[in-house]
Order: sequence, then structure tokens, then C-alpha cells
Amino acid sequence: MSKTTGIGASVKRVEDYRFLTGRGRYTDDMNRPGQCHAYIVRSPHAHARILSIDTSATVAAPGVLTVLTGADMVADNIGSLPCGWLIHSRDGTPMKEPKHLPIAADKVRHVGDQVAVVIAETLQQAKDAAELLEIEYEELPAVVAPGSVETAGTAVHDEAPDNVCYDWVWGGKDKTDAAFAQAAHVTTLDLVNTRLVPNAMEPRAAVGEYDPGMDEYTLTTTSQNPQLIRLLLCGFTMGLPEHKVRVVAPDVGGGFGSKIYHYAEEVIVVYAARRLKRPVKWTAERSESFLSDAHGRDHLTHVELAMDASGIFLGMRVNTTANMGAYLSTFSSCIPTILYATLLSGQYKTPAIHAEVKAVFTNTVPVDAYRGAGRPEACYLIERIVDVAAREMGIDRAELRRRNFITPEMMPYDTPVGLQYDSGNFARNLEDALALIDYDGFPARRAESAARGKRRGIGFASYIEACGIAPSNVAGALGARAGLYDSAEVRFHPTGSVSVMVGVHSHGQGHETTFAQIVSERLGVPMDKIEIVHGDSAKTPFGMGTYGSRSLAVGGMAMMKAIDKVIAKSKKIAAHLLEASAEDIEQDGGVFRVAGTDKSVDIAAIAGAAYVPHNYPLDELEPGLDEQAFYDPKNFTFPNGTQICEVEVDPDTGVVKIVRFAAVDDFGRVINPMIVEGQVHGGLVQGIGQALLEHAIYDEDSGQLLTGSFMDYAMPRADDVPDFEVKTNEVLCTTNALGVKGCGEAGTIGGAACVMNAVCDALDIGHMDMPASPERVWRVIRDSRFGMAAE
Amino acid sequence: MYTFSYQKPSSVADAVAVLTGDDDAKAVAGGMTLIPTLKQRLAQPSALVDLGSVPGLTGIRRDGDALVIGAMTTHATVAADATVRSALPALAALAGGIGDPAVRHRGTCGGSVANADPAADYPAAVVGLGATVITDRREIAGDDFFTGLFETALEPGELITALRFPLPKRAGYAKFRNPASRYAVVGVMVAETAAGIRVAVTGAGPSVFRVAAMEQALNASFTAAALEGISVDAGDLNTDLHASAEYRAHLVTVMARRAVEAAR
Repeated sequence: MSKTTGIGASVKRVEDYRFLTGRGRYTDDMNRPGQCHAYIVRSPHAHARILSIDTSATVAAPGVLTVLTGADMVADNIGSLPCGWLIHSRDGTPMKEPKHLPIAADKVRHVGDQVAVVIAETLQQAKDAAELLEIEYEELPAVVAPGSVETAGTAVHDEAPDNVCYDWVWGGKDKTDAAFAQAAHVTTLDLVNTRLVPNAMEPRAAVGEYDPGMDEYTLTTTSQNPQLIRLLLCGFTMGLPEHKVRVVAPDVGGGFGSKIYHYAEEVIVVYAARRLKRPVKWTAERSESFLSDAHGRDHLTHVELAMDASGIFLGMRVNTTANMGAYLSTFSSCIPTILYATLLSGQYKTPAIHAEVKAVFTNTVPVDAYRGAGRPEACYLIERIVDVAAREMGIDRAELRRRNFITPEMMPYDTPVGLQYDSGNFARNLEDALALIDYDGFPARRAESAARGKRRGIGFASYIEACGIAPSNVAGALGARAGLYDSAEVRFHPTGSVSVMVGVHSHGQGHETTFAQIVSERLGVPMDKIEIVHGDSAKTPFGMGTYGSRSLAVGGMAMMKAIDKVIAKSKKIAAHLLEASAEDIEQDGGVFRVAGTDKSVDIAAIAGAAYVPHNYPLDELEPGLDEQAFYDPKNFTFPNGTQICEVEVDPDTGVVKIVRFAAVDDFGRVINPMIVEGQVHGGLVQGIGQALLEHAIYDEDSGQLLTGSFMDYAMPRADDVPDFEVKTNEVLCTTNALGVKGCGEAGTIGGAACVMNAVCDALDIGHMDMPASPERVWRVIRDSRFGMAAE
Repeated sequence: MYTFSYQKPSSVADAVAVLTGDDDAKAVAGGMTLIPTLKQRLAQPSALVDLGSVPGLTGIRRDGDALVIGAMTTHATVAADATVRSALPALAALAGGIGDPAVRHRGTCGGSVANADPAADYPAAVVGLGATVITDRREIAGDDFFTGLFETALEPGELITALRFPLPKRAGYAKFRNPASRYAVVGVMVAETAAGIRVAVTGAGPSVFRVAAMEQALNASFTAAALEGISVDAGDLNTDLHASAEYRAHLVTVMARRAVEAAR
């Protein structure tokens, strides 16, 4: 019988009541007395010099309070939006790190770049007045295609005349060259990992407030990490002491990475609030989201895989050009390096790997982490080239994977790209997924499809990712400019209910439920007496927020440490109350018992004694039951699994339909299976979206975003995806006490590779680039019908 | 949006009077195109004339060998209507495939026809079924109604009040929808009417058009096979991010075959 509460139970999400009844409190729901509205004027050009801005008609328009430009910010010493990770090029030089002012002061560098801000009593007035702004631009040629930035003839930033941000290498070149020299067969592949727009359901928004009496600031913002935003706002952009600044991220409607970063608009509303001494609100319209939320992916890659005659992988070479866009967003520099090249071993014992990554500036929206962040890009190229290799070698694709898997006996396993995998049973995941999808029955299903004039294909992705980001000393050695620990405070109240303040943030993950399940199990407190508090720098201890599937593995572990401190103190209190020695107290959930006796006291009574310390060892213990802990992970965690997808292609139209999908995942210990399943579904849908539908396309001459709305940017809908058959294989993580690995990104890590492998199988081709949209697929089929190359 | 005055006339005559007296006034039916346009400040009408309270503009009735559908009847109503589903199932299917449920519950057949979006579904129904567009002042043959990209035979201030669809012997509609917007990349209505076969294509060109070669072939044999080898000239078709003219030309034949197979 399955559990109904505690760890491992599919407890219904406690936060859903307010979401489903329309009582969530999102940033745009906040309306402050005296609030005014900011409208941001954005560049219509991809690349242009700002010659002049005439604000006279705008400031005279009805309701207008002020117009702010980059020059105002420069005059007031507002700082550049910082990049949090320093990467060095192969020649030892630091990456090019041009300034990124919240409002452009000299040049605009992408369509949508901030040029001016109009603040008025109403948004309507601000918009009307913005139309009166006269901005004179000198248009410059735009750098758009990432593959040819060095010959673009123009520089996005003067600091990088060739538009190269860094040229980085990783892994062992000599060893890899030697492996290739031994190879019986080398498979090569050129592929594009397409640019995506994250499109969280809730557009970004920010409200800035300034209290001149107290000289205090409050920023309410759609963020995955309010404490980090406060750090960057105080330390870099606004230059304020942290104790004067409160950052609140209330309910947030999805992030997928795009709400990690410190955005210009956060600076703008705080700065404007100080100047006007009034609350200032900004909310993105969807069209603005397309032009100002950091985009994801956007890699061009050449990959080579060397094998011996039996298909054993000997070495891999990867050369990637990664598009950074116009500026370095907060974590942008580490995505195609630290979160990408370190994963190039995948699930395979490839002994030698060498990667070269060139990051380039273009006149496009900045690119940063998007669900998976570097790891889907790594998985995509590995799993694609493994399929191509199997095709070339005439080896069954499941069998080729089996031959190369790292085995459980090899754990902990040091990869040639710098990670140590702690645990995992990759072959079992594959076998279980093959059983779930009925691999043996595939030939019959393919024949049945063929009888209906359809082409059926099957594809695998055996993925691994590094989550639980990150051991601070490792991250620091690799260039991180911040620690990546997290924090929690477990506060019992006098009558026995509990508030847990966490440094991580929930914006769809269900922390208010899963974290409470752990507290409930460990401390024996019923769920309805536990609250999980997050998203407010004034309430929570300093933590680094939620991304990289780190909340449970890092934030949850901080909470475990705080719980352990509560238990340790409770044992001492229990010992006093039970007139025993602390060493003799056994704890089981909320019950503290003298070992071998029936003498016990429960946690509520202990909390009562701690807050009303009439019978209490005051000479040995402080009153109160309120413990805080920080936790820095020992290692990354390594969620892994195999996804298998079956597609059916309509050769008449090129439409790809996903007909079956199975996913077997090892997330370590599962706290709430229902929430985990939801995370897998959502991640898979985003992977499917990239494979079949989504594609951010820029006009290569003008730098205009051609897919700037949902009319042209195709998001996956419910009827685009199949029912998913999912299963979890728990192999406990050995480097954290919870045994958890993280599940937030897994679906997205393998999803696109899995679908594209199935599409290529259906079309009987080596490779086609994403998205496998109808016309592209139709062209492949048509060209193969006419006997032309099927690439 | 920009500011505008809001008018809510209670009769067709009042609505026409406002629209005739003010060239910058716009009629709004379901608003599924106009409202997003206003929100993006791409239109600046002086007044919106809301037809939502004008009596007599909604409803579906059988009129001899025809169906008459009020201009303000929503797509969802047409899709679910028992009379339409039994007498003209191709039209119910077409209406049920427009946009998404929210659009179908707001959008109206009259609004769609008046807007004449080249990728809308209703133009294929009006032309493919040989419908008549009924306005406040006259009746316009479907073949004469759509005159170009977002252009119609309507005079300034002229309002559509109903569409009259003669019932065909059989008809079928097949649509290849844009994966993002769900407009028609190509939509083909094929109908066997008292006056012969009609094949109308929406989405592919600047405006809905008929395909004479397909009509002749289907007049000889109303089978999908009869369309083998018949295609439209890609040179006249649209190219966009989602489909080149060449692909659209291919899809016209594929969708026409499927429309024949779906015809009931």
C-alpha cells in the first residue's frame, strides 16, 4: 500500500488551492498606493548608434512624470548588469565582458534593447507619450548569423572587434587525437541546436518602491532567486547596502531559467522609484517577452566520434559555436562551457574527449540558461551521433548503447571531462524503457503503419545531467563569481506548528508540498502545521535560488541540516523533561523516547518547553526551537535515464505525430511521485517542442525577430503530445543524505534528441536539423523519392 | 490601445448609420482579429460599433434547400448545431477547426467573412459551397465577394447580416493548419452542388480561389484518384516562415484529395 503522507507519497500540492481558485499573488497583482507605470521604449533596430533623444514633447504629455534615458543612468552611476561567471580563453585571456547598461547609452545592440523609459500616472498615458519621443538613430550593419561573426565586418562591442567573447577548450586534446588515430571508424556530424524562446506563462514584471523616510527599497519581481537579485542589485547595478533593500519574488508563473537573471527592468523600476519617490510598476507584454527575456540554446556544432571495429567508443571531438546574443546575461558564459562540455561523456565510457567552444556576440537577444541549460545541448549531440554511428556500423541502436554504458560497478566514475558520477544503473533504465515501449513489437507496429501509408520510427535518448548546482569551491575554481550553497531555517512556534524559511524558490515546482513532506516525516508534524516560506529576502536566509534542478539536492539538504539541529536540541530538551541522558533519547518522527522504556515526549511538548522554559535546562540550553543551516554540496548530482519515442510520419504532408513515449528516470529518492511525474511530462513537452515546433528565427540581414509572437512561434499544445508512460528507478545519490538527484530538467535533457532520433529513423536518414516541421520533413521525403541526397 | 468611443447600437440600421457617418468607425463582431490589432496599437478607430446587442443577427435556420446563418453566430455554435451537422457536416467541421475553443466561442462567421483574412477558413466555405453573403442592403454571390487580400465587395458602412449556404449533395473540407496560429496554411473545400463541382482554396494565395482543373476532374469522377497529377501553380501562392509556395502547392492537391475523401 502506497504511503499517503511523508517522503514517497503523492501528496496533493498544497499551493494548488490558491492557484486553481485564482487567489495566487503574482507581481502584476501588486498595486501600491501612489503607484505609477513605466513603459519601456525599445529599439526597432538590431544595431544602431543613438544620435539623439528629444524628450520635450513626451515630458509635456498628459500624466507624464519623467522620461529616463541611458544618459541619466550614467550620470547617476548606475552600474552594468553583471555576468556571474568568468571564462578564460585557451590563450589564458579572460572573456570579453562589455558593459551592459540597463538603458542603452551609446548604441542599441538588438531589437528590443532598452532605449528610454516613460513613466506616467497610467500605462495608457505612458504609451501615448512614448509615441512622441523623437529618437534619431544611425543604423549599423547587424551581426546576426553566429557562424560568421568574425567576417561580419562590424562589431557588436568595440571590446570584441571580431565578435568573439571567448575561445575555450576542455578535455584532453592529445589523448583524443591518439584515440582517433586508433579508430576503425569515425562518424562525423554537423548539427544546429536551435534558438528557443522560453515563454513562461507569466510574463516578467517588476515593482520598485522607495521609502525616503527609512531610505529603504523594495523590489517585487518575477524571479527564481530573489536573494541573488538583491546581491546583484546592491553589489553591481544600484550600489546599495543589502540591509536597505528587500527583494520579493511572490508567486511566479514559470521560469524555465528565463527568470534567473538580473534584468534591466529591475534596475529601472528601483532607480525610477528613488527618483520619483513613488512606487513604479512595469509588466511585460508578450511581445516584449519575446524581445527581452533571455533566449535559450543556439549552438552550431561539429562532432566526431571514433570507434573500434565493434563500436566501442574511443574518443570524441566537439567544436561548438555558441551564440551569446548582444550582451552577457547573468549565467550565459557558463552554459556552453561548464554546463555543457563537462557532460560530453554522457552515459558512456568514452575514454578521451576534447571540446572547443567559441562564444560569439550577435545583434540578437541575449542567450542564457533555458531548462536544462547546456546539458540538453550536450545530450542532443551525443545521442544523435550515437544513432548515426549505429546506422553507419550496422549495429542495433540499443545494443550500441549497451556496449558503451558505464556500469554500476564502475561507480564512482571519473569522466574525461571533469565530473565524477556517483551512481546510476544506465543499462537497467534502457532495458526497462525497452520493455515499457515494447521494443520487440516495434517491427510489427512499423509494418502496420506502412500498410496505412505512414512511416514509423523509434528513437532513444539515454541522458545524464549534472544537477544540484554546485559545490562552491569547484564552481569557484571554474570561474563562478558566487557561492552555490543554499540555506534553510526551521522555526518551531510555541504551540508546535512550524515555519521553514528556505533560500530556494518555487515557481511551479511544488516546494510548499515536497519540502513540507520531508519536515513532516522527519519531525512528525502534520502537513497542515507546516508552512514553507520562500521568495522574500526579508524573511528567508540567504540562498541562491532555484535552477539546475538544485532545490531539493541543495536547498532540501540545507533544510535537512537544520532539521538535524532541531532534533539534536530536542533530544537534550527531551532528556531534561524525561530525566534521562541525551545519549539515551531515541527519536522517531515527532516522538522522543528514553531507549528501552515507555517514557516519551512529543515534539509539540518539546517546543512548548523551549518557548515557555519553566522546566528547562537554562544553564545548558538557550530557549527557543529555531535552527538555521547552510549547505554546500559535496558534488553535483547525476539524474539519468532513457527516453524512447515512436513517431509516425505522414509522407504526404511531412507531419510528424508522436504515437508512443516511454521514459525511465533515475532521480535518486523520490519525495512526491505525482509531482515528479508532472515535472517529467512538462520537460518532455518542452523537448518535443524544440524537436517539432519551436524555433526562434532572426532575419539574417535586418536582425528582426521573425517569430516574435505566438502567431509564428509554435508552442506545443496538449494535442501535440502523446500520453507518456513513465517509471522511476531509484538509485540513491551517494553524496547527499536525502539520496536525491533532481528531476526538474530531465525531460528536456533527452526529449529533443529522442524525438529527432525517431524522426531520422522513420525517414531512414542519418540526420536532419530541428525542428522537424512539416515542410522540412516533406522536403526530405520528396528529395529521397527523387533519389537525391536525403540530408 | 488608443482611445476610442464605444457604440452599442440596437438595430442594424443604427449600426449602419454610425458606420456610414464616420469613416474611422469600425464594426466589431467577435473581435478576434480587431481586438489584438487594437492592443498592439496597429489600428486607431474613432469608434467601435459593437454588434453584440443587435437583434436578429444570430441563429441558424433551414430555408428550403439552404441554411441561413446569422452573421453574429459563433463558430462554436455552428460547429455544434444539430441542423448544420446533419445538413452540412463539412461546414460544422470547418467551424469546429477554427483557432481554439476561446476563439470559437467569440469569433463569428460574419466577422470572419468581412475580415477576409487570406488564411481564414470561412472564405473557403463561402466560395466552395457557392454561398450568398446577405448584407443590410443586398445579396452578394460568394464568388464575387472576396476581391483580394483583406478586401471584399462590401461598401463603406455595409454590414453582413447573414450567410446563405445552398445545401450541396455532398461536401468535404480539409485543412492543413499552421502549427503556431492554427490558421489555414492550406484549406480546401470540395462540394458537389446542383450547379456542379466547386473546389475552393484558402490559406494558399492572397485570397480564396477556385481550381477549375480540379473541378473538371471531379465532375468527371468524384474520387480522390481523379485529382492525381493536378496541381496549382506555385507562382501565385504565398511563402512565409511556415510554408513555401512550392509546399503550399503540394498541400493544395493533398488537401483536395482529403476533402473529397471526407465529403458527405
